[in-house]
Amino acid sequence: MKIVVCAKFVPDATADRRFRPEDNTVDRAGVDGLLSELDEYAVETALTVKEAGDAEVTVLTVGPEQAADAVKKGLQMGADAGVHVIDDAIHGSDAVATSLILSKALAKLEADLVVFGMGSTDGSMGVVPAMVSERLGLPAVTLGSEVTVDGQTVRIRRDGDTASDTIEGTLPLVLSVSDQANEPRYPSFKGIMAAKKKPVQTWSLADLEISPDQVGGSSAWTEVVEVTARPPRSAGTIVADEDGSGAAQLVEFLSTNKFL
Amino acid sequence: MSNVLVLVDHTAGKVRKTTAELLTIARRLGEPVAVFIGEGVQDALPALGQYGATKVVALTNPELTQFLVAPKAEALQQVAAKIEPSAILISSNAEGKEIAARLAVKLDSGLITDAVDVAAGDGGPVTTQSVFAGNYTVQAKVTHGTPIITVKPNAATPEAAETSPEVEEFDVSISDLAKTARITESKPREATGRPELTEAAIIVSGGRGTGGDFGPVEAFADSLGAAVGASRAAVDSGWYPHAYQVGQTGKTVSPQLYVAAGISGAIQHRAGMQTSKTIVAINKDEEAPIFELVDFGVVGDLHKVLPAATEEVTKRKS
Ligand SMILES: Cc1cc2nc3c(=O)[nH]c(=O)nc-3n(C[C@H](O)[C@H](O)[C@H](O)COP(=O)(O)OP(=O)(O)OC[C@H]3O[C@@H](n4cnc5c(N)ncnc54)[C@H](O)[C@@H]3O)c2cc1C
Ligand SMILES: Nc1ncnc2c1ncn2[C@@H]1O[C@H](COP(=O)(O)O)[C@@H](O)[C@H]1O
Repeated sequence: MKIVVCAKFVPDATADRRFRPEDNTVDRAGVDGLLSELDEYAVETALTVKEAGDAEVTVLTVGPEQAADAVKKGLQMGADAGVHVIDDAIHGSDAVATSLILSKALAKLEADLVVFGMGSTDGSMGVVPAMVSERLGLPAVTLGSEVTVDGQTVRIRRDGDTASDTIEGTLPLVLSVSDQANEPRYPSFKGIMAAKKKPVQTWSLADLEISPDQVGGSSAWTEVVEVTARPPRSAGTIVADEDGSGAAQLVEFLSTNKFL
Repeated sequence: MSNVLVLVDHTAGKVRKTTAELLTIARRLGEPVAVFIGEGVQDALPALGQYGATKVVALTNPELTQFLVAPKAEALQQVAAKIEPSAILISSNAEGKEIAARLAVKLDSGLITDAVDVAAGDGGPVTTQSVFAGNYTVQAKVTHGTPIITVKPNAATPEAAETSPEVEEFDVSISDLAKTARITESKPREATGRPELTEAAIIVSGGRGTGGDFGPVEAFADSLGAAVGASRAAVDSGWYPHAYQVGQTGKTVSPQLYVAAGISGAIQHRAGMQTSKTIVAINKDEEAPIFELVDFGVVGDLHKVLPAATEEVTKRKS
């Protein structure tokens, strides 16, 4: 079975994330980045499936030069191969365009099982898996908190707002997993060394027969008009409960602000 | 005036508050046409009329609800082909976002998710989103196709505008391709009797600091008529169900009042609550980052502070 994990390179959430003033796109070049933590759960799922049977795991990322780090992390965790789609024309692509690029690459890779994270930690739209499924005409079982692959059947448990559902589909299929699905492994020393020898292919838009005007900022179907940093919250009142008056002061605050 | 499609969010005809919000927003952009999928359209009619739906398109094909979202996206595409809306509004929950994603590809249209506000603009709707853990506000618009926008709960205050919409039954045909992901079992969640997390005006959340006992958190929440939330640490420890997790991989909430008890205030937690109007924290560590956000904070043990506060609130209220 061919498993492909779609993994995104994102700015580090614990560092300073910002926009490029010239075009209001997420600054991916000037900041520290990493494999989106939520995609580690996808890599882990793929590796678990592989370990239970016979499969080859490829990590696929679309992004700038530094995005190679996302592929590398996947290989260190245990994936077998990597594909990095990189092209200057991709900068500024929105989810619709990203899903086009991923779909073309997935078709070329002839994936049986495509695994996604639940959402990227920067854009966090959580829409790319459904878009890819739509484009490839494959079933999608999404937001799995528990995943079982049983021959050709993929079954997930999804914990929704009003119900906990069991959902299934038949391979080939698109799967996305939540951060409840597993505990992603850390790369071992052996894994880190082995990753250096694993094959990574670099593809351009031309390799995928996508014309540059189908993607990128100039053809994005959404446009950011304005970006405003949120004003810092003004310092609040902090009281110590040493003398046991904390609760009374808290309730007084709630009362003054009409929450009672 | 142009038509604006609103996908009705309901359970068996009971319309959720988010739909009233979507209809209110739709009226800013044009004439709201409600699309109702499933059983119970007659029960839903009064609520849809109250918030200004000019027409209700009812889709009752049972296949629409047996399978995952793909059939709903096909149905909306067929409705859109007939109505030719100037925008499509969908609730920003997991299902809504997936329907919107598929629809965007089908209609060759731009998609904006998680809008916290939508206004009419010169070239179509202008949305407001809160991004990067709530640290930035972004204004955006769709520049291609029919704007598809998913809207978060509490994005607007529902404003009544009585109409008496007609129900138009609409036949849709669902392709075999859309029927490939099956729901084989569905276990409804037990109702708690508390307000729904994303819609609540007040939320009291507990974290690792509860030590696993959510009793004081729930009691304080009940004294205030609040919803209960939890940090991921509390959820991962099995102390509270995942459906109540607040944060990046849980719910994003924006209540009038958010109370964090025994929660440190990690960036991923902030991402889900930073835009709350008023923030209160109880934490025994005065260095906890949550105190950077608060309007009012108590440095103390939640096991002492919450029960005392609950008692005081109950006393004042009676
Ligand atoms: C990809 C990713 C996604 C994530 N998504 C989320 C998310 O959606 N939501 C989320 O919440 N987290 C999320 N996290 C986890 C997040 O980073 C933190 O680990 C988590 O929020 C910590 O929960 P906590 O504040 O309850 O626990 P801790 O950080 O352990 O804090 C517990 C706090 O309780 C205080 N305390 C202890 N005892 C008491 C007492 N008796 N009385 C008062 N105070 C006390 C302590 O001083 C401390 O500040 C995510 C992490 C990652 C990597
Ligand atoms: N540029 C990208 N490269 C590879 N995978 C991606 C990319 N963007 C999104 N994805 C995948 O799509 C999922 C959802 O992304 P999003 O819709 O942006 O929240 C992520 O968890 C990834 O698995």
